Amino acid sequence: MKVDLPTPTFGGGYDGQAGPRMGFFTDTSICIGCKACEVACKEWNLVPQDGPLRLTGDSYDNTGALGASTWRHVAFVEQQRGDEGLRWLMSSDVCKHCSSAACLEVCPTGALFRTEFGTVVVQPDICNGCGYCVPACPFGVIDRREEDGRAFKCTLCYDRLRDGLEPACAKACPTDSIQFGELDELRGRAERRVATLRGAGVGEARLYLEDEADGIGGAGAFFLLLDEPEVYGFPPDPVSTTRDLPRLWRAAALAAGTLLAAVATAFVGQRR
Amino acid sequence: MANSDCILIQGSNMAECHPVAFQWVVEAKQRGAKVIHVDPRFTRTSALADLHVPLRAGTDIVFLGAIVNHVLENERWFRDYVVRYTNAAVIISEDFADTEDLDGLFSGFDPEQGTYDDTSWQYAGAGDGGHAEGEHESETGQHFGALGAPTGVAEPPEQDETLQHPRCVFQLLRRHFRRYTPELVERVCGVPASQFLQVAELLCENSGRERTTSFAYAVGWTQHSVGAQYIRTAAILQLLLGNIGRPGGGIMALRGHASIQGSTDIPTLYNLLPGYIPMAHAEGYPDLATYIEQHTKKGGFWGHMDTYLISLLKAWWGEKATADNDWCYDYLPRISGDHSTYRTAMDMLDGKVRGFFLLGENPAVGSANARLHRLAMAKLDWLVVRDLVEIESASFWRDGPEIETGELRTEDIATEVFLLPAASHVEKEGSFTNTQRLLQWREKALDPKGDCRSELWFMYHLGGIIRERLAASDDPKDRPVLDLTWDYPTSGPHADPDAEAVLREINGWGPDGRALSAFTELKADGSTVCGCWIYCGCYAGEVNQVARRKPRDQQSWVAPEWGWAWPANRRILYNRASADPDGRPWSERKRYVWWDEQAGEWTGEDVPDFPRTKPPHYQPPEGATAEDANRGDEPFIMQVDGRGALFVPSGLQDGPFPAHYEPRETPFTNPLYGQQQNPTRQEYGRPGNRYHPRPGDPEADTYPYVFTTYRLTEHHTAGGMSRFQPYLAELQPEMFCEVSPALAAERGLVHGGWATIVTARAAIEARVLVTDRIRPLTVEGRTVHQVGLPYHWGSRGLATGDAANDLLSIVLDPNVHIQEAKAATCDIRPGRRPRGAALPKLVAQYRMRAGLEADADEG
Amino acid sequence: MSRSPDGDRRDGDRRDPGRPGRSRVRGSMVPEAEFRSYYGRPIIKEPVWTWEIPWYLFAGGLAGASASLGLGSRLSGNDRLARAAFTVAGAGAAVSVPLLASDLGRPERFLYMLRMFKVTSPLSVGSWILAAMGPSAVGAAVSDRLGIFPRLGRVAEVAAGLLGPALATYTGALFADTAVPVWHEGGRELPFVFAGGAAASAGAAALLLTPPADAGPARRLVVSGALLELGAAQAMERRLGELGEPYHQGPAGRLARLAKACTAAGAGLVAAGGRRRRGLTAAGAALVLAGSACERWAVYKAGFQSARDPRYIVGPQRARLAARAAAAAEQVKQ
Ligand SMILES: Nc1nc2c(c(=O)[nH]1)N[C@H]1C(S)=C(S)[C@@H](COP(=O)(O)OP(=O)(O)OC[C@H]3O[C@@H](n4cnc5c(=O)[nH]c(N)nc54)[C@H](O)[C@@H]3O)O[C@H]1N2
Ligand SMILES: Nc1nc2c(c(=O)[nH]1)N[C@H]1C(S)=C(S)[C@@H](COP(=O)(O)OP(=O)(O)OC[C@H]3O[C@@H](n4cnc5c(=O)[nH]c(N)nc54)[C@H](O)[C@@H]3O)O[C@H]1N2
Ligand code: SF4
Ligand code: SF4
Ligand code: SF4
Ligand code: SF4
Ligand code: SF4
Ligand SMILES: [Mo]
Repeated sequence: MKVDLPTPTFGGGYDGQAGPRMGFFTDTSICIGCKACEVACKEWNLVPQDGPLRLTGDSYDNTGALGASTWRHVAFVEQQRGDEGLRWLMSSDVCKHCSSAACLEVCPTGALFRTEFGTVVVQPDICNGCGYCVPACPFGVIDRREEDGRAFKCTLCYDRLRDGLEPACAKACPTDSIQFGELDELRGRAERRVATLRGAGVGEARLYLEDEADGIGGAGAFFLLLDEPEVYGFPPDPVSTTRDLPRLWRAAALAAGTLLAAVATAFVGQRR
Repeated sequence: MANSDCILIQGSNMAECHPVAFQWVVEAKQRGAKVIHVDPRFTRTSALADLHVPLRAGTDIVFLGAIVNHVLENERWFRDYVVRYTNAAVIISEDFADTEDLDGLFSGFDPEQGTYDDTSWQYAGAGDGGHAEGEHESETGQHFGALGAPTGVAEPPEQDETLQHPRCVFQLLRRHFRRYTPELVERVCGVPASQFLQVAELLCENSGRERTTSFAYAVGWTQHSVGAQYIRTAAILQLLLGNIGRPGGGIMALRGHASIQGSTDIPTLYNLLPGYIPMAHAEGYPDLATYIEQHTKKGGFWGHMDTYLISLLKAWWGEKATADNDWCYDYLPRISGDHSTYRTAMDMLDGKVRGFFLLGENPAVGSANARLHRLAMAKLDWLVVRDLVEIESASFWRDGPEIETGELRTEDIATEVFLLPAASHVEKEGSFTNTQRLLQWREKALDPKGDCRSELWFMYHLGGIIRERLAASDDPKDRPVLDLTWDYPTSGPHADPDAEAVLREINGWGPDGRALSAFTELKADGSTVCGCWIYCGCYAGEVNQVARRKPRDQQSWVAPEWGWAWPANRRILYNRASADPDGRPWSERKRYVWWDEQAGEWTGEDVPDFPRTKPPHYQPPEGATAEDANRGDEPFIMQVDGRGALFVPSGLQDGPFPAHYEPRETPFTNPLYGQQQNPTRQEYGRPGNRYHPRPGDPEADTYPYVFTTYRLTEHHTAGGMSRFQPYLAELQPEMFCEVSPALAAERGLVHGGWATIVTARAAIEARVLVTDRIRPLTVEGRTVHQVGLPYHWGSRGLATGDAANDLLSIVLDPNVHIQEAKAATCDIRPGRRPRGAALPKLVAQYRMRAGLEADADEG
Repeated sequence: MSRSPDGDRRDGDRRDPGRPGRSRVRGSMVPEAEFRSYYGRPIIKEPVWTWEIPWYLFAGGLAGASASLGLGSRLSGNDRLARAAFTVAGAGAAVSVPLLASDLGRPERFLYMLRMFKVTSPLSVGSWILAAMGPSAVGAAVSDRLGIFPRLGRVAEVAAGLLGPALATYTGALFADTAVPVWHEGGRELPFVFAGGAAASAGAAALLLTPPADAGPARRLVVSGALLELGAAQAMERRLGELGEPYHQGPAGRLARLAKACTAAGAGLVAAGGRRRRGLTAAGAALVLAGSACERWAVYKAGFQSARDPRYIVGPQRARLAARAAAAAEQVKQ
């Protein structure tokens, strides 16, 4: 499954014109799993309760995953590591606001659009619930709210940003595990933080999705992790599906031609 | 805390219960501080700590006592600090006998009453100054914690600054803790000696002139039958290490509800008046003169009791309070014994209480042995519940668990319940006083809906109505109510009293009617009015100082202009101790408050917690009183002798030193003393509140496991504020118990399945979380399993579940009457609990097996 | 929370502790020891599409290929066959629209599909194709049957005939342009599978509606289409390797086997039946139709199974990272 990373992304990719790109750096090494981010998000954005009240048994995570009615999700991972003892990883996940956003690119109605902050937002008045964005997202972020019919996800608090406020989740985060700001500045901060942690003997510290050369052209929300991405439920090497679209269109066209040919040949040398 | 070099969090799950405050721990850690968490469970706090030390619930005094011993025996204590600033050098009465001599008892124990007479605990040569008070307090089991040290003379008569005298506090302390060794810690707490030493060394390395260590605790320490002594042990340790009164030092009591600190300063407690002034007892205080005489200390700021109390009486009875009528001293209610909440509940059961106000409390879920509280409330004539939602305490009579089991029938319950909707904290203005004694003003965000009203509104207008009803009365017992100053300005459609006017009265005013700026301005001649002396200054200059919100980055790191801290806006108490006896900072790194020779006054980062112009080498002249009677190098200005108390001559019910006693319910016998439990603990052995067999009894293994109860970030206490909120309910939707894989295997508990937890009081069910975060410990060579139970669930709301408090017995600490909610024993079995009448039957069978006295209802 | 309209469990049960897939070992993408995930939860979301979509694939393909068949017949002067083919094309195109619309969360907003033309969105492109092809096919059929507007009818026939193949194959890109491993990685063959299925079904439908004498091209189309469908599916599964497991497991597996059987048997019967044994031919045609419907359902279901198991995401992506790392190492050596 070779992927040619250099293939250009189509419309919807972030062209940097709009102005400084805003986003998140989530430093999971100082997350205390308080879920204030989850609650603040729901309070501010009036997101409804997500499903039945049932215990998952997955440590303290009773949210499970991001979805149409969960735009922030705090993961809890308990690890017994022999001599190093017990470790309890906590990490707050959110829409990555990809530079090459598959959800946006496949959206037929244009309901999903790129804002002046470089973020990716659904316009509820345009979404017709075709659901194409749902399997397109390589992170399983966006989803359709069945009782409503439309797709929903993190808006990166578009309304607050326009009013010069920081997103509700970042505002509520007591330890500044969620840091909001200009992406370039955040990347610098993240590099320094990793260095500090490594210096302090936390060798596992690593950044995830900060690389603009990756399969999604870099994320508007990147993370400092203490273990492999898949341990937190992230794809280890996400690639925007639309990167392969030229190849896919070529195949479709070829197939169409083949079909036409098949029909044509059905008529050659025909006898009544 | 952000300035600490080491932080020991023990008896608190700070990250989960004080997430916002925890940001300072994170900040300190990012500056390189070491963070240690000592807790039976691995929690979200442990996850962020450098070191997590699991110990058996209820054994902290052994752990901390062993650190004290380690510090003393290895000469790691801060000599210059200890000799001058603590009572280490003071020589104690020769009548004093230690637990080492009496196998777990101190001298002066009265087996009948189960109380101590503290005469023999006094400073040698001090006579029995404190004692006239001590005496009847002991009889009634009441005490005025705040007044602590003896009322005797300021300067202790007999001292030995070489600390060699066999009866000096230092030597007594050394002897008292000698047997608290790392090996004992291993045996009792289940903590490996090596790990214990690691903690001890971290504390020592990070204390002294250059560095400071801070402690944080909460109810993981207080909720034990010997809870107050846990904190005492920490205090002794911090004094020995010189970590009190200094930046990055101290012992943070992480308080509970928003403004629970405020509700002890201006108390909702039965035995205190505002500002920790003791409530007068029915016996022994015939008139104001006697009261003042008994309660005025020879040294320190408790030397001005008269000014505090008379200003308070003026605030309450205004013009009616005159010199001739003792400033209405006789209007003050008297206490005649224990009137605390658990005692009161017992009286309800016995039909001695007719009516009950529940203002923001949910005992049907939140109080130990919640079932008994429900039964008690069912015996009331009337019950008023003011709450945000219809909590279990308001609905027990129709949908409580006892209705389901058939123990209660709605038609038999005569209690008339009035449920009144309350305005929430965002729907009313007022002040919160937080853990750091910081008063912060809260604006009203929106108007309360419908009939919702604030407490202030309710109390003010209720008072008004009562006064109207009594207006015609000439019965003297009605005078106190009728003569009250009850005249706050009101506004709005519902005539809401002005909260700022209340704050201004708390601050007080002088003869000119202008707001006072400091409690030192208070007079005993009735010319000053002050609702709470320690809050005096919060409205200085007629400005609501509490409402100040200058951002952190626009002022010094101490941030004196954010809110207002009592007393006198001091951010660190006893901060004179941040300078050496000569008034110089102990070190540049830790400079905070120091003596400015030129200016001839104390100065520094914070408001000095010391008479501003009293020089370091001040010696009290003959006959000096109050703070003038203390030297210039005695920082603990609330103590009569100005010293930090390693040894507490009076003020505590259960001894001048902390001693380890096992919890009321425990699988182990006390390895240190013949005295198994706190001899002065309060018990209520009665139907519905049976205690488990003692360890060693043949039936003891009926309830073989230790359990502890606690909180989750996602919920709040008894759940009224969280279980009814979808956004919170979905985060922790069901009651669960946390068990180790080993216990799960031993009892056949399935992850995600159900378990039933049984005690002599009740059986509840919970979903099972099998987790490595709960680790079995080896104690006395045996494996001990601990079961973890959050206590937030009840029968109502969106997220419902059984209440952990149904399991607990009522057994209390004698000093503050707090329940032992943190350590008890139980049995746990797979599957859901029986329903209906079968439930009490199961509990009864267990009691039978345990050979416990049968409850009446068991025939 | 999204329910599972077609019976496939989506993450609607995300709070169920008994959730399958948490600790169970299945498939062998990567040795269990190495494979790590977050409680076995899906990494990507399963599609929200419901039963209408596979039927749309079938109807659209049938219509598209039929239109071409119709055009071919017309050009070769076989008007009987043309009528049959255009009738099928018109009908197929006509049902496609409601099928597509009723799958929307907000059907009343169906026309929003035409708000813009987006080449990055196969669904957008497809909507325009359908928008152009649908009316043409229906128009062609109507004009031919009622004999009205003959000239317009001819134009419509040409339009439909040429657009038909696009309608039949764009759906391959539609499915492939998602993060669903079994669809995305099968993107090269998927259009051919659909093209083959479309051709076979179109031929089969025409067979049933035309006298044997005129059905020669249809019979030949059945056979060539079936061969293309089977061949392409074979090729796809081979290249997918272990990613293709869904085509051999669970509902998708059963449907895939059924599809192959029906198509192969059907095409065989048609070939054998020829113009004489009508019974056999008709039975064969029916089987072929069933086969191509099952194939669409197999592909559709496989997508859900593939999306649900994090193994299919982590395995290949890990391999990719390893490969890149190795390559980087090589670089260093030189
Ligand atoms: N989110 C949230 N925050 C809260 C509250 C809430 O309900 N929810 N409640 C507020 C209130 S009222 C209060 S009082 C505070 C309480 O704050 P905390 O005291 O931190 O809360 P708890 O969880 O009751 O107990 C703390 C820890 O004590 C541990 N523990 C139990 N027994 C022992 C023991 O013997 N020794 C030691 N060392 N540890 C022990 C428990 O395992 C638990 O982790 O929290 C306040 N903050
Ligand atoms: N097993 C066990 N038991 C415990 C503890 C434990 O650790 N373990 N902890 C103990 C501790 S520390 C505490 S503080 C108690 C708490 O126990 P409770 O105080 O009994 O329980 P809460 O839920 O805090 O009750 C507060 C109620 O006040 C209501 N309320 C909120 N705001 C207002 C208001 O402005 N006005 C009015 N009128 N009502 C309001 C809320 O809806 C809520 O129902 O639990 C104690 N019980
Ligand atoms: S993470 Fe998914 S939903 Fe978010 S922008 Fe990227 S593709 Fe779209
Ligand atoms: S569901 Fe809405 S947002 Fe998603 S692709 Fe369709 S129209 Fe766009
Ligand atoms: S940025 Fe706004 S919308 Fe997105 S998760 Fe945070 S609070 Fe929710
Ligand atoms: S608010 Fe911050 S600390 Fe709390 S869970 Fe979210 S990210 Fe973690
Ligand atoms: S709930 Fe309130 S008091 Fe508790 S941590 Fe959060 S902000 Fe502080
Ligand atoms: Mo509390």
